[in-house]
Amino acid sequence: MNDYIEVISRKNQIMKQSVSIDYSKFEYGAISFDYEALMKQVPYTVQQVSEIQRSHAVGNTPLIELRNLTKLARSLAPKGMGARIVVKDEASNASGSFKARRASLSVYQAKKLGYKGVISSTSGNYGAAVASQAAMAGLKCIIIQECFDSRGVGQPEIMEKARLCQALGADVIQLSVGPELFYTSLKLLEQTGYFNASLYTPYSIVGIETLGYELGSQCKEIYGKHPSAVVCTNAGGGNLTGTARGLIKAGCKTQLIAASVNLSGLHMASDNHFNRKSFTTGHTGFGVPFTTNPDRSDVPRSAARPLRYMDRYVTVKQGEVFYITQALATLEGLEKGPAGNTALAAAFSISQTMKSDEIIVVQETEYTGAGKHLQPQLAFAIDNGIQVKLGNPIDEKAGESIILPSHPRLIKAQDLDINNLRKSLIKNAVNNAKIPLTQVDYEFLAIETNSSVDYVKSCIEQLQLNK
Amino acid sequence: MVKKGTWVSVRRTVLSPEGRAATVPDDTKQVALVLLTSGYLQADANIGDNVQIITHIGRADEGELVEANPIFNVNYGHSVPILNQVRDDLLKLMEDIDNE
Repeated sequence: MNDYIEVISRKNQIMKQSVSIDYSKFEYGAISFDYEALMKQVPYTVQQVSEIQRSHAVGNTPLIELRNLTKLARSLAPKGMGARIVVKDEASNASGSFKARRASLSVYQAKKLGYKGVISSTSGNYGAAVASQAAMAGLKCIIIQECFDSRGVGQPEIMEKARLCQALGADVIQLSVGPELFYTSLKLLEQTGYFNASLYTPYSIVGIETLGYELGSQCKEIYGKHPSAVVCTNAGGGNLTGTARGLIKAGCKTQLIAASVNLSGLHMASDNHFNRKSFTTGHTGFGVPFTTNPDRSDVPRSAARPLRYMDRYVTVKQGEVFYITQALATLEGLEKGPAGNTALAAAFSISQTMKSDEIIVVQETEYTGAGKHLQPQLAFAIDNGIQVKLGNPIDEKAGESIILPSHPRLIKAQDLDINNLRKSLIKNAVNNAKIPLTQVDYEFLAIETNSSVDYVKSCIEQLQLNK
Repeated sequence: MVKKGTWVSVRRTVLSPEGRAATVPDDTKQVALVLLTSGYLQADANIGDNVQIITHIGRADEGELVEANPIFNVNYGHSVPILNQVRDDLLKLMEDIDNE
């Protein structure tokens, strides 16, 4: 047996030691587990979480009305249409993104349980968030990134995040392309005995609930009503899950819309494709597989289960997100990182289909800086042979072109068929089962897909998958 | 010669092409999984030597010596002229909306 297979085979044992959760005690039936009981592993109310976060420079971020982008959207919409667009400025959290919420409880818990350090595998903003919270807590921190291709060429956005992690005191380990990042992470968890600050533990997701809770409460306080829609940039599904749970706790009934950058055609684990994309997260390459198979994450049972909560899932093109990032700077005076503006590009389009007395909330922004900014990212794309031009983004082909809209009317969020996503989740669950499904599993899948037992059964019949 | 105690980067192979996960695409399977990290050099060495380092959280690692005093080389890239056009078009559009 080679070392890779040996280490992976110890996965469950390493996880149990590194997150102090025995996931097996929540499992039942062929594929089911008690999600709410798992979430109760975090024994804090949303108010208590908020207090912990505020004492660590996290949360209480402003809700900013985007008056000029709203005006522009209304100019493109039929009369009486064009919802007010507001954004939750999550870039003002310590470490510059909503990920600080996600890291705060994990690091708090690690400290409380007596771990000497934390480890996280992430090429995204989460690395800096964990490093920042670990610095505050006086814990050691290791961040593992997928960073460069076999030529040694690194993504500018990821290089910036590496710089920030190191500045915040973390040990940064950079890897070439491949999902075996997980193997390196497991080995380090075993060697160091540190806490696994995974993006997918209950601590991580409960940490985001304050975002939804604040957003619902702020909207009510400022505008006297809740938003009609909230748009979340979607990758691993934690952002949407935590926000949705927080909105429910705030008594806010709203449409939850997931938005991802459309990278179809590119393989996420391909060495050749790695530097042909300009978004390293918030894209369909993570968003779709994690929505339809959430337990593909780095813990046995992911606390991020977006399909339970999402009402719609839309995609936008890379060119549309870069365009809206420029528009946010030029028209609103807010310069933010592009990846966090995925939901904004979608909201700008969706606003035009809503009434002008409605509110659509974009629930995050992220920091920007050298490397992590639309200009170096577009320059990098050009240097890697990607055609960057103005035109109709519908013609953009990921890995070949980036088409910024020649007019803002060409920004169009495209719906994914949510029923196809539900069917795909059911199919994956059935394929993952080692024994035949029973009634309890159908009930579990109905909750997982926000549907009904009858729907689940008909899907299984339709897919002829009942083993 | 790089002096002991210098902040350096090292590179090592984590998985050879044969040892890679079965699920990776063919192009990725043809290349090794490579790791790059930084720390303080534990003995005088030359670029390309196999060396020991201690990272700034005190972790020991090793690998081929790549660079002394490495930095994360991030910048704002070269000029992308269409961004000027986007800015100008947006401002003109807003002017037109305000004049309507």
